[in-house]
Amino acid sequence: MSILVDQHTRVITQGITGATGKFHTEGALAYGTKIVAGCTPGKGGTSVTFDVDGGKQIPVFDTVREAKKATDANATVIYVPPLFAADAIMEATDAGIPLIVCITEGIPVLDMVKVKRYMHGSSSRLIGPNCPGVITPGQCKIGIMPGYIHTPGHIGIVSRSGTLTYEAVHQCTTRGIGQSTAVGIGGDPVKGSEFIDILSLFNEDPQTLAVMLLGEIGGTAEEEAAEWIAAHMNKPVIGFIGGQTAPPGRRMGHAGAIVSGGKGTAAEKIQTLNRCGIRVAPTPSDLGSTLAAVLTEHGLLERCMTAVPITA
Amino acid sequence: MNIHEHQAKAILASYGIATPRGGVAYTPEEAVAVAHTLHTEVVVVKAQIHAGGRGKAGGVKLAKSRADVLPYASELLGKVLITHQTGSDGKQVQRLLIEEGCDIVKEYYVAVVVDRGSGRVVVMASSEGGMDIEEVAERTPERIVRETVDPVIGLMPFQARNIAFALGIPKQTVGAFVALVQKLYTVFISCDCAIAEINPLVLTGTNEWIALDAKLSFDANALVRQPEIVALRDLSEEDAREIQASAFDLSYIALDGNIGCMVNGAGLAMATMDIISHYGGRPANFLDVGGGATTQKVTEAFKIILSDASVKGIFVNIFGGIMRCDVIADGIIAAAREVGLDRPLVVRLEGTNVQQGKQLLAQSSLAIHTADSMADGAQKIVALVSCASAEGGTAQ
Repeated sequence: MSILVDQHTRVITQGITGATGKFHTEGALAYGTKIVAGCTPGKGGTSVTFDVDGGKQIPVFDTVREAKKATDANATVIYVPPLFAADAIMEATDAGIPLIVCITEGIPVLDMVKVKRYMHGSSSRLIGPNCPGVITPGQCKIGIMPGYIHTPGHIGIVSRSGTLTYEAVHQCTTRGIGQSTAVGIGGDPVKGSEFIDILSLFNEDPQTLAVMLLGEIGGTAEEEAAEWIAAHMNKPVIGFIGGQTAPPGRRMGHAGAIVSGGKGTAAEKIQTLNRCGIRVAPTPSDLGSTLAAVLTEHGLLERCMTAVPITA
Repeated sequence: MNIHEHQAKAILASYGIATPRGGVAYTPEEAVAVAHTLHTEVVVVKAQIHAGGRGKAGGVKLAKSRADVLPYASELLGKVLITHQTGSDGKQVQRLLIEEGCDIVKEYYVAVVVDRGSGRVVVMASSEGGMDIEEVAERTPERIVRETVDPVIGLMPFQARNIAFALGIPKQTVGAFVALVQKLYTVFISCDCAIAEINPLVLTGTNEWIALDAKLSFDANALVRQPEIVALRDLSEEDAREIQASAFDLSYIALDGNIGCMVNGAGLAMATMDIISHYGGRPANFLDVGGGATTQKVTEAFKIILSDASVKGIFVNIFGGIMRCDVIADGIIAAAREVGLDRPLVVRLEGTNVQQGKQLLAQSSLAIHTADSMADGAQKIVALVSCASAEGGTAQ
């Protein structure tokens, strides 16, 4: 078990003929992900060949609906440019794809407001946009994360950031602590899945024994997640909040990482996390050690050591 | 992206929202000329900078007669205003808005923003106009009225009426208020705003609604489809290094410390600033070189960081995922050679081909300190910078 994706996940790449889509589709195939189709309007009927397993041909379709019908895909990943991404997400929703992962960065926020309204009541789940994607180590990688730093195991990771997630994964892997699934929910203010959506999946997943939550300044999603954890979570959670030194009113790279109106400060978030019983790593270098300490206290460390620690 | 008050008012006026009669002036003479076109004896002289809190900082003058406009305009033009939003350096006033005085009966606040929680646009209003809304939100949150908008149907009149009656505005002005709030929502959607705020929105003695001050800022992601808004950008209001960085697709924000940072990824970049601070240092900037850090991007990033004289050392923290560490190390070496590195540099590389990357740095004959972890790197750069400052102190 794991969450969202596993060895049975069948993936469409929307924007497969673009440079970014092609590059990361090759990376996903090399990792062993079942990419079954591509979608680029106007390029239907062609195919893209990847330098994996001695040459792998992926058929391209004009529409997501056709791609799904022909390949029985149950997930899609979106690498289309920002101004066309909202349309691509809605097309995938309309086609009834259960899992939609949108990597694209820079989508106008009002487009995402429309997307959320469109998806309301649908059975599709959106991860992102502006995120690294989702990976279940050893089974399925959907997105732009470096696959090799991951190792299969029992820690669920959910994060608003890309490279900070890699940092967390790396610190786990070097300690021999494997991951069940790592999910980047993205750095935008309006997005498909929030922390709580992913936490509830980890809570139900028997493979996941503990969770790492990587938040940052801006909004109140971390506070809401902390309250939810205190009320519902039956597994230990450790946290980290980036942006303790960020000045108010400035957007720190991510569109959603901004302290405005005195709300969304790191101090406030850390305080709420602590109050809700979540151990917060004091620095990003302490993610692995904080996790190990909490696992030890819960008697879970041994079960979570699914790989051999890597010594430098 | 932010624009000036006079530009925001021009946009509001083009959508049918009443604003005081007035005009922009770049010289004291122009200010006097504008004043003579106005119909009131009392004239307001307002400094135009991209920051709130101008009134408290002395940037707004009430000229009791037209004769007072010249001295006030002369005083304000060229003056450096320091408000709670400008930082300690302040902003120099380069243009003024000269406006008619207004017969204010009561001041209100109204704004349109995106609410993250609901993923929808929200209209907020308060009867505490003129005040800093952040203070109102802090002290008396119950005085703020909110209506969430369905993007499919837009802001309905009943929602604007809900706000009007909750604020207790005079009954005979409700119709006009509803029309105004709907227009403000239209501005927000049509222009891809991040915030559209009228504060204060005033009710005059003749029961008219006038936007006495206005602030519009725009979603950076949507500027590509808003050429008319981009044309309003005033580069003199922005940090020169931030402009240079954006030209190379780098995300840079100047801070007031002395340790320059170069990191890939916004989350890791924020975390890097935090860990520098944790070990007693002060970051001089936020800088995200992005996922695909190329030699050219790294070089430009170095140039930008080094152009800040207050930077006493640099910490490079790269998690090479898709990008290999040896390629990044090459980029760092090339960049350091090109810009003539004259300050301590600590590099922490992690990820693909990290050993080759570290080896390249070690063999480069450049004075590059390598670090094994974020903590190690942060401690090293903090030590090097405090050491350098101590020596600098002795030399003086």
